[in-house]
Amino acid sequence: MQKEFKQSIDRALHNANLTGALGKFSEAYKVNRAKAYEGIDFEALRTTIADLKGDAASHIDELCDLFQKNAEAKGTKVFRANDPEKVREYILKVARENGVKSIVKSKSMATEEIHLNPYLEKAGIEVNETDLGEWIIQLAGQTPSHMVMPAIHMTKEEVSDIFSKEVDERLSSDIPRLVKVARNEMRPKFLRADMGISGGNIAVAETGSVALVTNEGNARMVTTLPKIHIAVVGVEKLVEKFSSIAPILKALPRSATAQLLTSYVTIVSGPTPTDDGGMKELHVILMDNHRSDMAADPLFKEALQCIRCASCLNVCPIFRLVGGHVFGKVYTGGIGTILTAWHDELKSSEDIQGLCIQCGACKDVCPGKIDIPGLIMEIRRRLVKDKGMSMVQKSIFTVVNNRRVFHGMLRAASVAGKPFTKGTKFIRHLPMFLADLTDGRSLPAIAAKPFRDIFPTIEQPKGLQEKAVFYAGCLIDFAYPEMGEALVKILNKGGVEVLFPEGQTCCGAPARYNGAYETAAGNAVDNIDALLAEEADYVVSACPTCTVALDHEFIATFESLGRKKYLPKARELAAKTMDFSTLVKKLVDEGRLTLKEGEQLGKITYHDSCHLKRTLKADQPPRELLTKAGYEVTEMFECDICCGMGGSYTVKLPEISAPILQRKLKNIKDTEAPVVAMDCPGCVMQIRGGMDQDGAGVDVRHTVELIAKQIVGSLE
Amino acid sequence: MFEEFKTKAEGVSAEVHRFGSAEEALGFLVDFMAKEGVAEQEGQYGVMADCPFLSSVDRAVLEGVEGLSFDLSRDRAAKALVGISQVDWAMADTGTLVQDATAIDKRLVSTLPTIHVALIATSGLRADMPSVLAEADPQTANYIAMITGPSRTADIERVLTIGVHGPERLVIVFIDELGGIN
Repeated sequence: MQKEFKQSIDRALHNANLTGALGKFSEAYKVNRAKAYEGIDFEALRTTIADLKGDAASHIDELCDLFQKNAEAKGTKVFRANDPEKVREYILKVARENGVKSIVKSKSMATEEIHLNPYLEKAGIEVNETDLGEWIIQLAGQTPSHMVMPAIHMTKEEVSDIFSKEVDERLSSDIPRLVKVARNEMRPKFLRADMGISGGNIAVAETGSVALVTNEGNARMVTTLPKIHIAVVGVEKLVEKFSSIAPILKALPRSATAQLLTSYVTIVSGPTPTDDGGMKELHVILMDNHRSDMAADPLFKEALQCIRCASCLNVCPIFRLVGGHVFGKVYTGGIGTILTAWHDELKSSEDIQGLCIQCGACKDVCPGKIDIPGLIMEIRRRLVKDKGMSMVQKSIFTVVNNRRVFHGMLRAASVAGKPFTKGTKFIRHLPMFLADLTDGRSLPAIAAKPFRDIFPTIEQPKGLQEKAVFYAGCLIDFAYPEMGEALVKILNKGGVEVLFPEGQTCCGAPARYNGAYETAAGNAVDNIDALLAEEADYVVSACPTCTVALDHEFIATFESLGRKKYLPKARELAAKTMDFSTLVKKLVDEGRLTLKEGEQLGKITYHDSCHLKRTLKADQPPRELLTKAGYEVTEMFECDICCGMGGSYTVKLPEISAPILQRKLKNIKDTEAPVVAMDCPGCVMQIRGGMDQDGAGVDVRHTVELIAKQIVGSLE
Repeated sequence: MFEEFKTKAEGVSAEVHRFGSAEEALGFLVDFMAKEGVAEQEGQYGVMADCPFLSSVDRAVLEGVEGLSFDLSRDRAAKALVGISQVDWAMADTGTLVQDATAIDKRLVSTLPTIHVALIATSGLRADMPSVLAEADPQTANYIAMITGPSRTADIERVLTIGVHGPERLVIVFIDELGGIN
């Protein structure tokens, strides 16, 4: 990671205004968004949008042709360009031909993308942004930090300073007063402008229409008052049918600002009369700028389904800490990372793609049904493929890919780690450059005896009706073997014999999440061979990240690499794979496993692990098990927001991971529950380590440990 | 459907009225302008775009209102307190008004003045956007405008503030019997 990038993160994290404003907004957004979508089948709606936008992305050229034909028939001038330079030149040419001295603009990310303002200003034309947020950042000489709310990173005090300078009068930071100032300042600019420039939220091919969505009313003026209107529209905004406007506008305002509809929607389908009795000159620029390249990529074509609502920014636990500017100058957040990689070049996303912790929160809310974290992973894979890994990473993954060496090192670490544990189960401080790793969080000590050595010593009852292969994963195997022991005990009581194939190794998630797909594929092959070698009814894991690897990612990795040979076996494994809580819940439901009755175990709160909730969709089984066991489950605030662990994320960006963890700890403590449960040993490592340093004394447990104490078995 | 519209529109700070006849609505308009202080002075002008409503009522009554004009310029509209226009449809599920605003006067009176008064025949009420889009014709209507409440922003610290560039108030007047004009 580049030094300047790390510095920009550092600046953002230390900007209390920024993190305060964004934090408050993201908390309110979640509640308001849910309210705005009340009574709406979001899945059905986003499927409709994804289908119609996906279809449009498959026919960009045809839709451009159709748009051009229909718009020109109405008297609209249509200009098509691949290259930002051509777009800028065209706009300047139209301005020069018409003697344009001053331009008013309504918010347009497409013009931000091509850095239009400085170009026109250099040519001696006055350019005024009229969206309040855009005007603020224009006056401040900044770039938007958010697609929908460009000045969300600024406080009212900062805005009043900027406005005071502009109007040469000391203004207070009273927001309604500041808005009035903007209204008064903007009015003469609207009235004297010779040209209006807008973006376009939707472009309809069958009618040659451009739809604009705003709240302030500035787009209505930009499209009404000046004699010339130029709309700059990215070709991903094209849809075929006029009726497609409705589903997109059902989602866009709800997802963007939690509104049922914005104050204004303007659909321009041709030139209109001007107030001096003439006709307006209407230009629509259809801009490609690598969008067709995206459409031609079987994976990234999906990104063209974006309707630019920015909900992926609003729910991102990283964005709310660092804001938009860390991501770059134009598009920010999750989708911004993907767009930057294409509109700019893959290399430009090298640093920012690393900001994604892969929690999947954005994928859940995306109205275009875009697998944003999946595409960021693909960027990672391609970067590694193009540029190779760093030497450090390479050596790590060489080790991980060799099971014997890897496991040998982990065993050695149990001895080597001793000086840092001071006889506890934690490593509280690491020396020198590793110190960040234990900043705000203790690390677990490597177990003296890994689960693979303990397993042969466990006596299991004979003649059990079913068999399950247990996939431990590195953390349970080497740090928390007691979780493995608890799992064996529970499954045995439920009539399931546990098998532990020694050949199992790292699930490959660390390699995959770092773009090292070849390593991940190697891990997948080893595990498939080991886990399918034994005849069993289930393959069970108590680590959701591992479960996701077995259940989804082995297949995805092979597909990405075009390795078809192992796909049938990967699918066979996926079909057998189950997470711990889902399997145990099934055993309880079938009456094969009984939990002690009438227990009153008191309050507990539950932390949703990202992979369990969002990929495996198994957030209810653990809650039901804990409730059945006698716990009173009290939900914490933001129970399903990432704990900041994210595998090696804590190593690469500990400065971001740490404040995410602190929020989680606070939310847990606020419930006043003495115990917090979760289904992921990685989350246990993060949260237990955090609680250790926090000293709050909340007991952090994997569900498996709590359930093991509460089972009644026929064999007991 | 009207009740749903009213709830949704009021939820976004619009003011909703309903009258049985065009004459009653006319009475409301005249009283409203008097109350708000429409007069022949800058900042207090009234401006009204040509619309079917005008042929349903005694136009002379409106022509008698001091400060109200029908012959529009952008300067007059920019210095107006009240702008009046008639819209074509309303969408109940979002509290939105929809207008074929191809004629520029309709836009001048609804964008520049401080208060926008929108007249609508109750028969123009529809359930939702798909119903309106099925009727609106972009072949003839080069500028279709949807309006949901007054102009608003939350660009400074996400604090909702009403009335940025557009009207600070939106007053909606439903008229049940408007001579079959929709």
